Amino acid sequence: MLELRIAGRDFGQPVLGEIFATIKRGDRICLLGPSGIGKTTLLNAIAGLDKMVPGDAVIGRDKLRVGYLFQEHRLLPWRTLNANLRLVGASEGEAENLLSQVGLSGYGQYLPDQLSLGMARRAALARCLAVKPDLLLLDEPFASLDPVMAGGLKTLIAGILDSQPDMAMICVTHDGADAEILANRLWYLDGRPARLQWDDVVGEPGLIDGLLGRLRGLDSAGS
Amino acid sequence: MVLPSFVLLWALMAWLIQSPLLPTPLEVLDTLIRESASGELWHHLGATLGRVVVAFILAMLLGTAIGITMGRSRTTNALFDPLLVLMLNLPALVTIILMYVWFGLVEVAAVMAVVINKVPNVAVTVREGARSLDYRLEEMATVYDFTRWQRFREVWVPQLFPYLMAATRGGLALIWKIVLVVELLGRSSGVGFQLHMAFQVFDVAAILAYSLAFIAVVQLIELAALQPLERIASRWRQPEAAHA
Repeated sequence: MLELRIAGRDFGQPVLGEIFATIKRGDRICLLGPSGIGKTTLLNAIAGLDKMVPGDAVIGRDKLRVGYLFQEHRLLPWRTLNANLRLVGASEGEAENLLSQVGLSGYGQYLPDQLSLGMARRAALARCLAVKPDLLLLDEPFASLDPVMAGGLKTLIAGILDSQPDMAMICVTHDGADAEILANRLWYLDGRPARLQWDDVVGEPGLIDGLLGRLRGLDSAGS
Repeated sequence: MVLPSFVLLWALMAWLIQSPLLPTPLEVLDTLIRESASGELWHHLGATLGRVVVAFILAMLLGTAIGITMGRSRTTNALFDPLLVLMLNLPALVTIILMYVWFGLVEVAAVMAVVINKVPNVAVTVREGARSLDYRLEEMATVYDFTRWQRFREVWVPQLFPYLMAATRGGLALIWKIVLVVELLGRSSGVGFQLHMAFQVFDVAAILAYSLAFIAVVQLIELAALQPLERIASRWRQPEAAHA
């Protein structure tokens, strides 16, 4: 459903090299790699956030609805959660439903800055779902959450993926354990400029372990 | 405390000097009541207020548009910044004289002169705000396909609000002062015109009465409109934390 041809990104120094990949419906991709390597840059490129780069082609994106969970919640701080969801097209009733789906029922009238980090991130996830996305982009959804919060969010996302088999997901993470729960496909981004070193489809749990083992080996070999 | 002491000092000085060039506060109040009863005061206050309001609205709209454009685009900013600096340094009096010379002693020339004086100030203030717009919210608005109007209303205006308020405050103070000069030089109504007439006969009581009356009007606008607006619009800034 989506064909990536990223021309590369150069912000004074090269960040991303050329990247080619195809994303199909139902793909659950975990994007791993050392920090600062350009994972967020790649996610932004897929989302079409730097439009002016010549040579980029993300074929098929125009027809897709994209939900993007940024590292910060990026809800409008002067609007209530309900209003934030309605702004991206949810009806009043849908907004209520989505909030209760992410465990925030009754918080519709709250402002984003009244919420804890974990709650705000779940509210932002509700906004992703409000656009009924074909492609869900998650940028380190579990970062800076305590283990209980992170675990809850992981279960929540896994449940959402289960209930929407046609939706594709790309999730940036540092943690191979996230991949074991969420992914059926792994990307490993490394090098300078960074390229996809691995693009593996994962079939069974044992394979993930093996793959992660190889990735760790690669990681330590590189450092 | 300061204001009553000042009035007391003024009364004392006037009593000591005993000159028509420094009337006592009571004489000024007397003039104020007389002018108000005859309807003169309201006629001229109204004329001035009308010009202030029209010039203010036009200057804010134009200045905001220019400020946002220049704050969002480096190219536009580089092109027009020298012109903006020139306009900022153009004395109000020059604009007023030129407008009257070119367009005649008409209402449009008067209001245009005020607008031209104020627009650069608004533009500079709003440009500062437009430069500091949060790129993270811009990205969010792009991903979620906000329309132009949604982006303006929901993302930009709340961030620009403190800058718009600053431009409004400074604007109101500056504009009414320029309007008085404009009226003095080329109109036959308004507080400035009355000051001109009073100046010709050295009627200091009338000069003070009209000035004080208009200062009171501007204070009223500040208290009745600007401060409540600011309170309402910044309510989201200090919300109580949710108890979860």
